Amino acid sequence: MSAFAATFSDAISLLAGFDHTVAEIVVLSLQVSGGAVVLGTLIGLPLGACIAVGRFPGKNALSVLINGLMGLPSVVVGVVVYLLLSRSGPFGGFGLLYTPLAMIIAQTLLVVPLMAAITRQVVEDVWQRYAEELQLMRFSWWDSVTTLLYDCRHSLLVAVLAGLGRAMSEVGAVMIVGGNIDRATRVMTTAIALETSKGDLPLAIALGIVLILIILALNALAFGLRHWAMRRFG
Amino acid sequence: MAIFPLRIRDLRYQPNGREVLAGIDLELGDEGITLVLGPNGAGKSVLLRTICGLVAPTGGSMAWGDEGAQRPAQGVMMVFQRPMMLRASVLHNVALGLKPFDLSRRERDSRAMAMLERIGLADRAGDSARQLSGGEQQRLALARAWLTRPRLLLLDEPTASLDPSASAAVERIIREIRTDGTRILMVTHNLGQATRLADDIVFMAGGRVCEHTSVRAFFSRPRSDEARLFIQGELPWRMRFQGA
Repeated sequence: MSAFAATFSDAISLLAGFDHTVAEIVVLSLQVSGGAVVLGTLIGLPLGACIAVGRFPGKNALSVLINGLMGLPSVVVGVVVYLLLSRSGPFGGFGLLYTPLAMIIAQTLLVVPLMAAITRQVVEDVWQRYAEELQLMRFSWWDSVTTLLYDCRHSLLVAVLAGLGRAMSEVGAVMIVGGNIDRATRVMTTAIALETSKGDLPLAIALGIVLILIILALNALAFGLRHWAMRRFG
Repeated sequence: MAIFPLRIRDLRYQPNGREVLAGIDLELGDEGITLVLGPNGAGKSVLLRTICGLVAPTGGSMAWGDEGAQRPAQGVMMVFQRPMMLRASVLHNVALGLKPFDLSRRERDSRAMAMLERIGLADRAGDSARQLSGGEQQRLALARAWLTRPRLLLLDEPTASLDPSASAAVERIIREIRTDGTRILMVTHNLGQATRLADDIVFMAGGRVCEHTSVRAFFSRPRSDEARLFIQGELPWRMRFQGA
């Protein structure tokens, strides 16, 4: 018990002293996961809304596929992106492997199905109520998609948060395509795994605390924003 | 392309064998307000939805204009009993009607603001549309439709569940839209409203048009038994007309 308390105490000291190593890792984590969530939002939300609004053969099959990909194992994504970006792969010439950009690509592939699936469900519910009026107003398919995304924007914060949570807590894919290189591609989750295996538990715990605090803070922000929006717009 | 006269012949709608529209014959000229009356389940709302293309008929025909087009190119709008209100401002909701038109955002907002002034909601332009009262939301929906300058406006019980003053405000706007040159076909259960608004009345029962006549003729000399019984359910209005 005393060892457990001592580990926590050391972890708090690291945070209180604003340890440079911790700060570097946290900043890179935010950049990588933030980048993935931005790309995921730009791709996943319109994709989900298009599936919800569109009428095309295979729509149900596509919905099932997107739902299924929500549980895609991150190591599988890591291996696929690794193969694509490795020297002998189709995109090997870009030299992206073991860079933060490769990590962003891998995390984007992980969060897009999750964000698209949630968006499809949210938008489809609203589309069923609005479809006739938008059709009568002669809205094009794309106008309907953008209108519904705008109307559902507060509910879709859930999709963005889910994507952020998935990206920040993910370790397998970024470990494979980033390589966990110190001061280059080491993020919170890979650092926690490494420091735990090395026995440097205070640093692992400190990073874990930061990770949880960031996720809690973002959820609190989203919760407050959603409540404000519900009061403001109904 | 002119969309009037609209000639509806033997229009049928039978989902799963159930006869909702059982051979509607109706002709609409290019001006005025026609009120569609009838008991629940008469097929009034389905008729409106069929006219605007939301429901595909299973039989019969609709011919628009002298050329007899099967569908109008444009110019038909419908306002529902519970209209769509986006989670956005009143101004945004009205300007939404112009989104498919090739107009700048500034132009859309400018026209929407002018329309809000016309219907008396300019001071609420920045408020959330969902926080409006039921009557104000109906006025907003009418404004959104009016903004597109429709030739035919279909109204499905726009004053249902509104109090008398909110109903009066909605009726005032409907009259203005008509004066502006829009043909109106409106479903209502309110016989008093029929006397205030209508130029002519279509009475439906059992998926059929029982009569299409002037307001005065309908209330003083209803030709069908169904219409007579329907009016007798609203005796005060009948007495008022007989006394007039």
